[in-house]
Amino acid sequence: MTTSPPRVGLFVTCLIDLFRPTVGFAAVKLLEAAGCVVEVPPQTCCGQPAYNAGDRATARSLAQQVIAAFEPFNYVVAPSGSCAGMIKRHYPSLFADDPDGRVRAEQLSAKTFELTLFLNDVLGVERVDAHYAGTVTYHDSCSGLRELGIKAQPRRLLATVAGLELRELEESEVCCGFGGAFCVKYPELSNRMVSDKAAHILATGADTVLAGDLGCLLNIAGKLQRDGATIKIRHVAEVLAGLTDIPAIGEPEGDE
Amino acid sequence: MQATSQAFQRNVSAALQNPALQKALKNIKIGFVRKRAAAVAKLPEFELLRDAGCELKNHVLDHLDFYLERFEAKVIESGGQVHWARDAAEANQIVLEICRSVNARLVTKGKSMISEEIGLNEFLEAHGIRPVETDLGEYIIQLRHEHPSHIIAPAVHLNRDQIADAFQAHHAPYGFTERREEPRALLDEARQVLRQQFLRADVGITGANFCVAETGTTVIVTNEGNGDLTQILPRVHIALSSIEKVVPTLEDVSLLLRLLARSATGQELSVYTTFSTGPRRRDDLDGPEQFHVVLLDNSRSGMLGGEFQDMLRCIRCAACLNHCPVYGAIGGHAYGWVYPGPMGSVLTPQLIGIEVAAQLPNASTFCGRCEEVCPVHIPLPKMMRHWREREFARHLTPAAARFGLGLWAFVAQRPKLYRLATNLGAWLLRRLAASKGRIRSLPLAKGWTAWRDLPAPQGRTFQQQWAARRENRL
Repeated sequence: MTTSPPRVGLFVTCLIDLFRPTVGFAAVKLLEAAGCVVEVPPQTCCGQPAYNAGDRATARSLAQQVIAAFEPFNYVVAPSGSCAGMIKRHYPSLFADDPDGRVRAEQLSAKTFELTLFLNDVLGVERVDAHYAGTVTYHDSCSGLRELGIKAQPRRLLATVAGLELRELEESEVCCGFGGAFCVKYPELSNRMVSDKAAHILATGADTVLAGDLGCLLNIAGKLQRDGATIKIRHVAEVLAGLTDIPAIGEPEGDE
Repeated sequence: MQATSQAFQRNVSAALQNPALQKALKNIKIGFVRKRAAAVAKLPEFELLRDAGCELKNHVLDHLDFYLERFEAKVIESGGQVHWARDAAEANQIVLEICRSVNARLVTKGKSMISEEIGLNEFLEAHGIRPVETDLGEYIIQLRHEHPSHIIAPAVHLNRDQIADAFQAHHAPYGFTERREEPRALLDEARQVLRQQFLRADVGITGANFCVAETGTTVIVTNEGNGDLTQILPRVHIALSSIEKVVPTLEDVSLLLRLLARSATGQELSVYTTFSTGPRRRDDLDGPEQFHVVLLDNSRSGMLGGEFQDMLRCIRCAACLNHCPVYGAIGGHAYGWVYPGPMGSVLTPQLIGIEVAAQLPNASTFCGRCEEVCPVHIPLPKMMRHWREREFARHLTPAAARFGLGLWAFVAQRPKLYRLATNLGAWLLRRLAASKGRIRSLPLAKGWTAWRDLPAPQGRTFQQQWAARRENRL
């Protein structure tokens, strides 16, 4: 253990940067409350869209950009299982024919974590100081669940939010149909998958649905709201950080 | 079989709008997913078995030539014959010649996906030989002139009334003129019709789940007993298999059987596990006079030593199909060729060409559920990604997608430009949303807004706000 506080580079993710900055600030608040010094180096995207489109050259170039920007930190933390999974599980494979690049990718991989996993497993945070009056349900996003093993961590932390009751979601581990470009390449399939997800969510009777990845949340929110549902949709970090006085995803502001 | 994988998008629309199919697909969750979960939960060493199964198959693939030659020698030693088929045409010709050599007119068949892969039924029919499927599901779809929609449950896309219709339409010549709907009655009817075929058949053709090198044995697993009648009653038994199905020993078979049944149907063991070694011996009470094994390559050897070798570990349990949300939404026919679901999306491009099957490896969210349940740890998403890489390298990726990706890549590799673009994007999307918090229609993102609203950005980007916050602090 070092005595100086850990320096954390926040990988905010491109979706949160553009659509939901509150999640970034929620992550900062949680990390600072846990004793971290948080910095946000200039950043764009982890490269996953290129990687999953078969464009390894672009994916590698973006990986090099991320590696260079985040190497100086003790940890890299992302409020997303998908982007953290990309850095942690896939970056090293992008440098199969470049030993130096691979070493650097592996070093970054070793210190990269998803937010709730980092708080709970790495820092040993067991409680959060937040209040949320409501019944929530939780969708397990695929990458976080299967690539990083995120399942218990958000639930353990949510259990300490005052006033919050968690009602488990049927088929919480089944994909919501977002899948990055998949949702626009195969819109009908994606719609069917998110319709099933929405039906399960509504069946819980919860007033809020949470998840750890904004891609899934935008998809789920977009579907629920198109269908006229009034359930609130939020990133889990917002609730854990107590930043819930701002409108939920896709909801209008009280006054502009 | 004529591939329709190129029309995948159209196939998807049709499947999603087919109420009978959608009703039938609901059975998968109850019939397969929950049963597998229960079977796995009861076996503490299941994870260890998976590792062992994976290692075993890797070992075989690393020494495939050795085990195949060993298997061939042992089949010959026990009085059987081995035929090597480079491709579908050779395999069909081999089967035809064996059938002709005994003047066969009627052939009974146990379930075999290799037979589907080479299009054997159509080929035999074209040459005046009548193939009769004896697996109940296969039999039903043969009556309906369909192909399997699932590798172990070929008629999973059908409901009971459709089966009743098919029987009513075809069974009058056998004396069944009344429409039956009770599952038991339908089963009895099929059994009586098939019994006549079993007794009349000249040749019986089965697949082979495993080919055992140490004994020259082929192994099939079934739940109906039709496989046994197919291979024991006619004079000739032909086992169709492919080169990667060879395993070293009977001990290895028992390991893979433990994985296969649980992963496939949630059974501890299939009802029938049948081992066939050579033709009938002098003291045997029954069995065929001739025993042939056809070993098909069909471009599998091209996967050895490359990035798709892991796919050759597949033991055809169908767990990846059963757990795939895409398969669950559209069923197997939409994939447009013999092998559907995640395993098909990896295998099909290899077997019929990535140009034809280009859509298949793209139609995945990479949710990873297939890999999570695969009994031999095949990294299916990774291999679908490899196909996408080949498509990208060969410029098979659609031009619009490629252009969009290129534009995004240009911007994403220039952080200052990226911040400018996202600042503008956030501003623009907020204008479009007005004060509603979300956008109902966006011309450039119809794929999204045709079905969903698009939540609007909250305001300035995080990076903009963070920079402002830091300036205030300084």
